[in-house]
Amino acid sequence: MIEAIGLTKRYGRTVAVDDLSFTVQPGRVTGFLGPNGAGKSTTMRMMLGLDRPTAGRVLIDGKPYAELHRPLRTVGALLDAKWVHPNRSARAHLRWLAKSNGLPAKRVDEVLDAVGLTQVAGKNAGGFSLGMSQRLGIAAALLGDPKVLLFDEPVNGLDPEGIVWIRTFMQNLAAEGRTVLVSSHLLSEMALTASELVVIGRGKLISQSTTSEFIDRSTGNTVLVRSPQLAKLGPLLVDKGFTVHDGADGALTVSGATSDQIGDVAAANGVVLHELSPQRGSLEEAFMQLTGDAVEYHAEIGK
Amino acid sequence: MTLLAVERIKLFSTRSPYWCSALALVLGVGLTAIIAASTDDGQLSIGVTQFGSSQLALSVVLVMAALAVTTEYRFSTIRATFLAVPNRTSALVAKTVVVAFIAGVLGEIIAFGSWGVAKLLSPASDLAINTGGEWRHVAGIGLLYGIGAVLAIAVGILVRQTAGAVAILLVWNMLLEGLIGIIPKVGTKIQAWLPFQNANNFLALPAGSDPGEGMAAGIDFKLSQWGSLAYFAGIAVALLVVALIVAKRRDA
Repeated sequence: MIEAIGLTKRYGRTVAVDDLSFTVQPGRVTGFLGPNGAGKSTTMRMMLGLDRPTAGRVLIDGKPYAELHRPLRTVGALLDAKWVHPNRSARAHLRWLAKSNGLPAKRVDEVLDAVGLTQVAGKNAGGFSLGMSQRLGIAAALLGDPKVLLFDEPVNGLDPEGIVWIRTFMQNLAAEGRTVLVSSHLLSEMALTASELVVIGRGKLISQSTTSEFIDRSTGNTVLVRSPQLAKLGPLLVDKGFTVHDGADGALTVSGATSDQIGDVAAANGVVLHELSPQRGSLEEAFMQLTGDAVEYHAEIGK
Repeated sequence: MTLLAVERIKLFSTRSPYWCSALALVLGVGLTAIIAASTDDGQLSIGVTQFGSSQLALSVVLVMAALAVTTEYRFSTIRATFLAVPNRTSALVAKTVVVAFIAGVLGEIIAFGSWGVAKLLSPASDLAINTGGEWRHVAGIGLLYGIGAVLAIAVGILVRQTAGAVAILLVWNMLLEGLIGIIPKVGTKIQAWLPFQNANNFLALPAGSDPGEGMAAGIDFKLSQWGSLAYFAGIAVALLVVALIVAKRRDA
């Protein structure tokens, strides 16, 4: 489990992370979502003791990172796949990491195998494609068989195959009971990967909830109703306190009601329904609505 | 011990230490070979054999030591290091020990290599190492390199970028300390307390025994020769302590 408590980071007068508190539970993938510049990477660096928080702290299984004995055995992190020496082979890179935390040399071959890099283990990491570097970074994170895993934007710049591979990989890790925290600036990606979401904007916590709750709450559900007896149904729905709008080609869009509730009203009043379909706003729209005020660098569109 | 092994793996799994060592060897021994070849047989002295090792090759070793840490910053492997070993001080001290040891061994190889080449090319010269001063002059090169490596690593940690660290080290060692002697009246007095001048003082052969040497000429050192070495080492360690404190406080 990861606990962030009142985490704050200031660079001069700029506040990068502002009194951030949240928890990350084991057994599921938690998405760490926010626009670019929201403070995700800074937060993750503070979790790992790389950056010093201005205030607050992070506990990993009850201890700050710096106090973990042989930390790679507890926490595996992939913050940047390019944190390797370009003239060092993939195997040598993993070998010194393994040595530093008292892990056996055969563990290096195991993780190379797990990410499918055995063939190129002797090659210099500088010649790796982004996808291969990402796999090497994941191999490094897995080295100590850690209970807690942190990934910063792991799918950035990957091809669809790589994205699916990483997504499945992370879900499998969580299914094994590990704590998995993944940051991203794409809600659509997180919707497919994470079951829990911690959303931040401008360094402040916007929400922590399950992914479906977050999407339901933020996309403003409406239901499209098509019926030959709309003139009868419309007022009945208004009476129930739902908001009704005239939609395209003679249909109604109802907000504030589930399709179940509308169906019940129709049946109780003998109204024939031709269509009853819940509509979802796009995830991007929802995300922009929520974090719109919290985006660091705005680009004005269409003005 | 684990951390020393880690730093050894890191150092020897990249190419730059091999290239720097080879370059230092070629420059150090090569210069002696050229001098020996162009001097009449029988005229060579011990002081001349260490000309390359104590000046040119030393600069290469300083660069090698600085690179051992600046490349870590450049490629952010220092962050990977601090993730694996959150105690930054012990990680950096381990690196310093490994690099200084390698520099020391390299220094002995270059010093005795230069001496051997001189003996080979100028068999009639009196190059026997008899006195304590002569031993110090040749075998002391290793100590000089080891301490120089500590100093270079400290600069590397503080500056964090290769170009800056290398420029500081080379200008400091090859130019600045020599140029300060030009300042009227106080110049040579200041020089008596500069680290690399003291390093040269440590190596210097007893006056009169070595006319061709001329190292550290005109400076009135207040310290004994071993005192000068201790002073050089003290400055290197002090700078390293400052660097370690900075590295500990700074965001990686």
